[in-house]
Amino acid sequence: MKPNLKVKIRDLEFKNPVITASGTFGYGLEYSQFVDLNRLGGIVVKGLSLYPKEGNPPPRIYETPCGMINSIGLQNIGYEVFIKEKLPVLKKFDTNVIVNFFGENLSEYIEIALKLDSTDGIHALEMNVSCPNKNSEWRQMGIDPKLLAQAVKEVRKRISKPLIIKLSPQVTDISLMAKICEEEGADAVSLINTIPAMVIDIKTRRSLIGTLTGGLSGPAIRPVALRAVWEVAKAVNIPVIGMGGITSAEDALQFIIAGATLVAVGTANFINPITTIEVIEGIEKFLVEETIEDIKELIGKLNE
Amino acid sequence: MNKYSKAKIKSNVSLKEDIYLITLETSSTQQAKPGQFYILRPDVRLDPFLGRPLSVFEREDNVLKFLYRIKGKGTKLLSNLNEGDLIQITGPLGKGYPLPKDEFIVIAGGIGLASVYYLIKSFPKKAHLFYGVRNKEELLFYDLLKEFSKELCVATECGSLGYQGVVTEVFSQKGLQLNLPIYACGPMIMIKEIGRIIEGKEIPCYVAVEERMACGVGACLGCVIPTNQGFKRVCTEGPVFDIKELIL
Repeated sequence: MKPNLKVKIRDLEFKNPVITASGTFGYGLEYSQFVDLNRLGGIVVKGLSLYPKEGNPPPRIYETPCGMINSIGLQNIGYEVFIKEKLPVLKKFDTNVIVNFFGENLSEYIEIALKLDSTDGIHALEMNVSCPNKNSEWRQMGIDPKLLAQAVKEVRKRISKPLIIKLSPQVTDISLMAKICEEEGADAVSLINTIPAMVIDIKTRRSLIGTLTGGLSGPAIRPVALRAVWEVAKAVNIPVIGMGGITSAEDALQFIIAGATLVAVGTANFINPITTIEVIEGIEKFLVEETIEDIKELIGKLNE
Repeated sequence: MNKYSKAKIKSNVSLKEDIYLITLETSSTQQAKPGQFYILRPDVRLDPFLGRPLSVFEREDNVLKFLYRIKGKGTKLLSNLNEGDLIQITGPLGKGYPLPKDEFIVIAGGIGLASVYYLIKSFPKKAHLFYGVRNKEELLFYDLLKEFSKELCVATECGSLGYQGVVTEVFSQKGLQLNLPIYACGPMIMIKEIGRIIEGKEIPCYVAVEERMACGVGACLGCVIPTNQGFKRVCTEGPVFDIKELIL
């Protein structure tokens, strides 16, 4: 018996529930030297803006217990270069390409979303409303329910491709934010983004991150992420993409049982570039062992 | 796709106090160029989380060697591994040194030798090596370096061997006039001084730099350094840079 691993976001089918987390897999191609990209459920590329962004001053990363803090500042090559140089190569792979995007303000969000929506070879859009490193009025959209509702509504009504909203953990009630996304027409929510964090050198009394604070990721945040996914999955009917410190199939399965339809591998790509493949194989093996014919039978099946 | 694999530790020995040489047996057929690096990560652990990028010290047949100094908990953990243990290796990564066409100058400061040794060995009797250490106890591979290089000038800060002073002083007295391409690896203060000495001169100078690193493949953008063409990734656009590009 070969279990069915296929899942869907609206009408978009994924061959398996394992995708990559934005910002941890570059534009996908950086990892094609290790991973057969055709095997992935999807690739979520590095957050893209209309124009290239230089990002934050170094030092940008610091290792912390079971994880790391980063403050990259959304450095990216911009829409035009992505379309010209990266997408034509990505298109050759048989996997879903999801473009994570952001803007400095709502009109920029709308503008890039429109462009991505009309570009062939992009299967879905992931809207970043939750980057902790950005400075703009719309930085608040991930934590302000009114701004979030307005932003999702304005983007949604203009685009036809599946729209995923990537949520911040930096709120009191993340399921409320997810419900707002669902009400305003989002097709899925992904969570969690990194958690704001800090580390200090006691001798110099300076932060070890150039921008003083950054976002914490890796297994250190996994239990926090898992609980958030569980809360959100109970609250909404749209698919939830679970992420936060997944390093193995066992980790990923916890998220699926908590209610995630898809799971994203993020920081683990840095410590083992073939984590995605190991997760896919491990999930399949588990389903066989547990005689579960379809992954959907496991989604959200936490015994309470 | 064997750029990611498990290697078996053949030996992992302290050469001088906190300086270690680790020798791995690998089934990977990937060849490495001088100046390239691997990320080494003890097999199963989440703390410390990331692997450690180390320059290729030597690559021969199925053997890979890395020279490293214990700097923090990652290298400390590495130093505790034993013969027979498995270690995860990813590489070779990064751009190596542009290969010299004829004679060249090498300036190595302390553990910076780890990055240039393979270059010197790959081009026997072509390197004019200026090698600076704090004292003669820190000097490594003296006999081998003497054998592989055309000329070896040692500088010790205390004067316990060779020239007394920093290596850049010896270089500016004896190396600069050779007008040969320079390959350098060492502490930032040494790189800055080299930059000052050759400023305005038409001498090519390639330096290997270090930065905290996560993915090693250009994806996470964590290891960037400022250059006169904007931020560049040490892992993929480096670790070797033309000194003129660097903002020192």
